[in-house]
Amino acid sequence: MSAATGGALELVVDVPERDVRVELAVAPGETVALLGPNGAGKSTVLAVAAGLLRTGASRVVLDGQELTGATFVPPHRRRVALLAQEPLLFPHLDVLENVAFGPRSAGAGRAAARDRARHWLAELRVAELAGRRPAAISGGQAQRVAVARALAAEPGLLLLDEPMAALDVAVTPALRQTLARVLADRSVLVVTHDVLDALLLADRVVVLEGGRVTEQGRAADVLARPRSGFAASFAGLNLVAGTWRDGAVVGPGARLHGTVGDDAPAEGGEAVAVFRPSAVAVHDEPPGGSPRNALPVTVTEVEPLGDRVRVRAGELSADVTPHSAAALDLVPGSRVVFTVKATEVAVHAR
Amino acid sequence: MSGTTDTTTGGRPGVPSWLLAPAALGAAFVLLPLVAVVARVDWTDFGSLVTSEASRAALSLSLRTSLVSTLLCLLLGVPMAVVLARLRFPGQGVLRALVLLPLVLPPVVGGIALLYTFGRRGLLGETLEVLGVQVAFSTAAVVLAQTFVSLPFLVVSLEGSLRSGSERYEVVAATLGAGPTTVFRRVTLPLVLPGLFSGTVLAFARALGEFGATVTFAGSLQGTTRTLPLEIYLRRESDVDAAVALSLVLVVVAVVVIGVARPGRAAS
Amino acid sequence: MGTRPVLPALALGLALAAVGCGGAGGDEDGTTLTVYAAASLTDTFEQVADRFEAEHDGVEVELALGGSSELAAQLVEGAPADVFASADTPTMDRVVDAGLTAGDPQPFASNTLQVAVPPGNPAGIGSLDDLGADGVRVVVCAPEVPCGAAARRVAEAAGVSLSPVSEEQKVTDVLAKVTTGEADAGLVYVTDVVAAGDAVDGIEVPEAAEVVNVYPVATLADSDDPDLARAFVDLLLGPTGQRVLADAGFAPAPVP
Repeated sequence: MSAATGGALELVVDVPERDVRVELAVAPGETVALLGPNGAGKSTVLAVAAGLLRTGASRVVLDGQELTGATFVPPHRRRVALLAQEPLLFPHLDVLENVAFGPRSAGAGRAAARDRARHWLAELRVAELAGRRPAAISGGQAQRVAVARALAAEPGLLLLDEPMAALDVAVTPALRQTLARVLADRSVLVVTHDVLDALLLADRVVVLEGGRVTEQGRAADVLARPRSGFAASFAGLNLVAGTWRDGAVVGPGARLHGTVGDDAPAEGGEAVAVFRPSAVAVHDEPPGGSPRNALPVTVTEVEPLGDRVRVRAGELSADVTPHSAAALDLVPGSRVVFTVKATEVAVHAR
Repeated sequence: MSGTTDTTTGGRPGVPSWLLAPAALGAAFVLLPLVAVVARVDWTDFGSLVTSEASRAALSLSLRTSLVSTLLCLLLGVPMAVVLARLRFPGQGVLRALVLLPLVLPPVVGGIALLYTFGRRGLLGETLEVLGVQVAFSTAAVVLAQTFVSLPFLVVSLEGSLRSGSERYEVVAATLGAGPTTVFRRVTLPLVLPGLFSGTVLAFARALGEFGATVTFAGSLQGTTRTLPLEIYLRRESDVDAAVALSLVLVVVAVVVIGVARPGRAAS
Repeated sequence: MGTRPVLPALALGLALAAVGCGGAGGDEDGTTLTVYAAASLTDTFEQVADRFEAEHDGVEVELALGGSSELAAQLVEGAPADVFASADTPTMDRVVDAGLTAGDPQPFASNTLQVAVPPGNPAGIGSLDDLGADGVRVVVCAPEVPCGAAARRVAEAAGVSLSPVSEEQKVTDVLAKVTTGEADAGLVYVTDVVAAGDAVDGIEVPEAAEVVNVYPVATLADSDDPDLARAFVDLLLGPTGQRVLADAGFAPAPVP
């Protein structure tokens, strides 16, 4: 971790009127993803951490300083920055002044604040937008500026509330990669719905359901072996983690070609291949001469899922029609081949 | 280019045609009396009528008192609007309703209320009298009456602006380390500036047109308390042409004010 | 679709009818006599109207009370009325000049000014001279209206230069400033002091006797019922009307 940031957070959120009771900690330099369905209390947790919601029994300790109770510290003295779904750039200030807002509020002179703002705009790869008005830039650019603005305030803890939910899917991979870079070594609590955010940004995942923590652990572990209902549905996507070699993700017993986005892995680097169960076809033997990815598996479970049937094989799953499930005579123990087109597989660097 | 200038109702749901007639009737109802005033003006003497000593004194007094009362409205109204829009406290709804009362109260009633507050034998007047401050029959009384009736216009307009979305930016500013004063100065005020501006102009216009509370509370003396509306009302007794000419002056001032404060002007 | 605009127009028509835009003579059974009278005649004319209604079965007297100048202006603009009673001759002359009267106006009462002071006379006003003293807050009518013109003439007659703190539009406004204690003194009609009862004290000033305000009354040319209008004026000029006026503090009309 960098010496300037610190950011050891101990958090006890107790809001009986919303039935939220959560304890969690963020170690210095750690990024924790907060997952959960709508209404699980994720935003409540962020509001308490930021000091926007004050309740008697909640406790926030940042770097050993008690921020709650008799010595309640208001939001502006907490060094806790909050980045929401929408960038919320101040419309009356240009991009540079937006980013310089935090340093200026902390008492920095105009020139020093602008220097710091330029530094962070460059870090977020949007230095050329400095003179623009927020209304004149795209949503993805605005969110980058908002991240720069939050970081320029030099927060001890950064709170991200679904930072990419409102963005065009075309721009999220690049922003995610930038975030992964600038958030490394910072204390971050990020609320997300996106499996990739959890996997690629977070060191640790905390699953929140009905106002309680139902599961937590290393991001990869929770997603690979979900125990909570939400994590399971969240992990409904097929993930194959491995190494990036010769244009394929090579994992245990699998070799997957896919579509590489802006966050391309380096040769020999860690990578993850992601695909939807509905993109998977099931065969009783490898289809000859097909360009598809083929994964030989043993069926572990077959269950109805709406008008489809979900076929599980260890950590992978495929959704097929009841008709083909019957035709293939799928039962636990069946040895089959999952195939998926390379165009249906997204490859990301880890 | 965002296609805001299409003259057809092409992609829009449109307006039921039977609404057009009453809408036109309503517009005529408002505009016709103004046309009637213009038609009734004695143009040959117009110049001398509106530049007579009494007219100039009234116009000058009206402008001066309206400016001062608008300033007072800003000093008192901005904090009121912020408190009403941002804080939560018991009795807030009742307080808001009471504060906005002058909006619906007949101005004469406002004048009577002010009389029993700042008048010689009023709630505060007696103390003021002891301190050597005489409010009744002074220009200060005119300013008080105007402020009383125009304050709610500013508060309503600004509170509406404050409630339409600037709060989220204030939260962001606070988490960026800005204290309440910095947030107010650098975020809240700039964001509500259009609402503040139109509220200020409305308050000024209301002050300029104030009659009932002034005539009840401040009295009527040329150069001291006789504002333009009072002058117009008095002139009707003796010199209708002068009253009409001065009315036109007020109409023109009002048109300019509305033109400046046209709602939606600030929207880009 | 084309017939729909009728609805709002109909609604507007109904609304106007409901608020009584019909004006004078609208009642189905019986007759309405519309009398325009100066505001200072409010109490007396209400009594006279009651007597008149008692004497004339099925007749209703509708009183329109206001500043004489304002009423005259309304008449000149075409307001329908049967009788006009003004608080001074010049105002009546404007109606006569517009050719709206039937026959010559007749004086029916006179009034003089008096100094009204708040109960107990806190400023110790004893004469008209005291009104010119420094620090005394005097309120009068504006010279544009009859009571103000009279006040100016009284002051001139007494050789006193008044610097009023306010020149009001109506004599009732002057009285209100005195009853609330805002003003130390006001120049109003004797009848106003009588009508105000305990709310003000009246101080007689000899100079006021020289400025007599004469109240003329006239029937109007476009009256629907000239005989009834004449009967109202006769009642006013007769012993019944004169007694009511005297009780209110009015002096008899000067004999021409």
